[in-house]
Amino acid sequence: MIMRLYSATVYLFLYVPIGIIVLFSFNSGRHASDFEGLSLKWYGKALDNPFVLESLNTSLIIALSAACLSSLMGTGAALALQRVRGPLKTLFDSLIYISIMIPGIVIGIATLVALVTVFDLLNPMLATLWPEGVKPPKLRLGLASVIAAHTLFTMSLVIVLVRARIAGMDRSLIEASEDLYATPLRTFIQITLPQLFPAILAGFLLSFTFSFDDFIISFFVAGSNTTLPIYVFSSIRRGITPEVNAIGTIVLAVSLTLLIFAQVLLQRRDKR
Amino acid sequence: MAKLLQQFAGMENGVTMNTSAAQGSPDIQFDQASKRYGDVLAVDNMSLSIERGEFFSFLGPSGCGKTTSLRMIAGFEQPSEGDVSIGGVSMLGVPPHQRPVNMVFQHYALFPHMSVAENIGYGLRQRAPRPAASDIDRQVDEALEMVQMTGYGPRRAWELSGGQQQRVALARALINRPTVLLLDEPLAALDRKLRRDMQIELQTLQRDVGITFVLVTHDQEEALSMSDRICIMRDGQVVQSGSPRELYDQPASVYVADFVGKSNFISGKVNTVNGDAITVVNQHGHPFAGVPSGGAAALTVGSDVSVAVRPEVIVLGAHNSSAADMDTDVAVNGRIKNRIFLGEHTEYLVDADGLGDVLVLSPKHVESTRGTFEPGGTVAIGWKNDTALVLEDK
Repeated sequence: MIMRLYSATVYLFLYVPIGIIVLFSFNSGRHASDFEGLSLKWYGKALDNPFVLESLNTSLIIALSAACLSSLMGTGAALALQRVRGPLKTLFDSLIYISIMIPGIVIGIATLVALVTVFDLLNPMLATLWPEGVKPPKLRLGLASVIAAHTLFTMSLVIVLVRARIAGMDRSLIEASEDLYATPLRTFIQITLPQLFPAILAGFLLSFTFSFDDFIISFFVAGSNTTLPIYVFSSIRRGITPEVNAIGTIVLAVSLTLLIFAQVLLQRRDKR
Repeated sequence: MAKLLQQFAGMENGVTMNTSAAQGSPDIQFDQASKRYGDVLAVDNMSLSIERGEFFSFLGPSGCGKTTSLRMIAGFEQPSEGDVSIGGVSMLGVPPHQRPVNMVFQHYALFPHMSVAENIGYGLRQRAPRPAASDIDRQVDEALEMVQMTGYGPRRAWELSGGQQQRVALARALINRPTVLLLDEPLAALDRKLRRDMQIELQTLQRDVGITFVLVTHDQEEALSMSDRICIMRDGQVVQSGSPRELYDQPASVYVADFVGKSNFISGKVNTVNGDAITVVNQHGHPFAGVPSGGAAALTVGSDVSVAVRPEVIVLGAHNSSAADMDTDVAVNGRIKNRIFLGEHTEYLVDADGLGDVLVLSPKHVESTRGTFEPGGTVAIGWKNDTALVLEDK
């Protein structure tokens, strides 16, 4: 009985604030504290705000790029890792799981330090390569550095998902294709890739969601760019408005949809 | 259907004519081929020829190397030593997609993301230059008709029953008109009744298309009923190869006699050898006479042997019957431990004096004239000496 009460409290504590944010995003009043009636006006306000739209655009570019890169590189890595055996395999396995479990703040700081150090090292070298009088390009924090940092940790997700799919794949399908005169490349394109596709797509969606929702890593390495979570964070300093609630609800809806879709893809994979 | 098969066969003959130089030479040849996985020797120094147009089976328990042998023909495994050649051409280093063979996989390995028609046309689509789409469609339709699956083209592979998947896998392989069709335990996943039907169908198909079939199976009944020739394997080695009748009537060893059909064994030592008449004394000092098996090596006095007596050559008679009463050369008393009615036959397990358990198979017509024996009752068993095979213990 006490345990039930306890778990009920935990769930309430977890989900009631989220529920309140969703509820208050439909508030017609201008204060976050009292609910005056249902309205969609804050959604209109949020989507009219040029700062919101710009940060949303930035977030979408980052999430899309990171998801594409991690799907590509993660799938490649998973395919290469299936040939690795012995202690090297254990090493790679642990490194992959560590990179998933490492706190965002550590990745944020580490990536920031690494990027700044590399930039400081490369910028003078680039300057010497460029001819006199022409302004040399300068490496600095920006969209690319956020994309790189996000790709780094979302790639591990793709690797884990695709490897599980490879392990569950029927080897004889590949042999059957080879036996039916398909070259190794055509076997890969016609058989292996379609078999792995649900896992790759699920990895893409998860990567997108993780990158889109990420605040900590972006905050460290985004430089002067503002992603949607960073915008929400900075506008909250001026007080919680129903507009922030509306943004939060949109992000929640998009993330949940993508996560559910990814889950469905992974569930379906065992069906032949 | 018969016409279509003729067409398939005709095309095949056309191909065969072109390579008439190779006529008479074996289709597949293992030349001292071995396959090692680490310390394990899966196939041990195998030399074997499979003739063109033959229905050939590798038979043996799991882990005997039969599947590895088949995979060396398909190209999924390369021999560690020795050579495997197809149509007189060495296949060393030739990858699977360049070999003129096709395989029916144990669990069919149909591509789940393709329709039945796409599965069957897969091999044709890999050709360079690729045949016209209409040409592929026509051939797929013919192949579907050949395996009696007309109209199933648009279905997904996983919507089909086991037997239907089996037919699709056959069509997918045969549409390419390979010189050799490889079958890896193709009937293992089917139920008993369907397996019988497919055995007959496979045999008919093989005769009609006239190409070499190489089958791998652990089911001796399957191998006996379909094959022209069987190779029995054990621990990576060929124990004996020959026609089903040769293996059954003239087994080279106790292993083969035991694996192909059922047999009773009386172990003992060779006492005398006089041409084809051999006497053996068992552990209780009782003498038994027999003939050497055609496939076996010559026997010497004193060597350890077993006398193999098939259950169907043993005659049952009333207790204390003499050999003359039963028209046999041997007469032993015993007690019936068990009786199983099998329809065509009745199977008795007899505890014979000094011999232990002996299996006896009585045909229905004998049972109906002589009458049946009840379990627990006493009985006499007998057999003729020329039906008892003396085999070296190995």
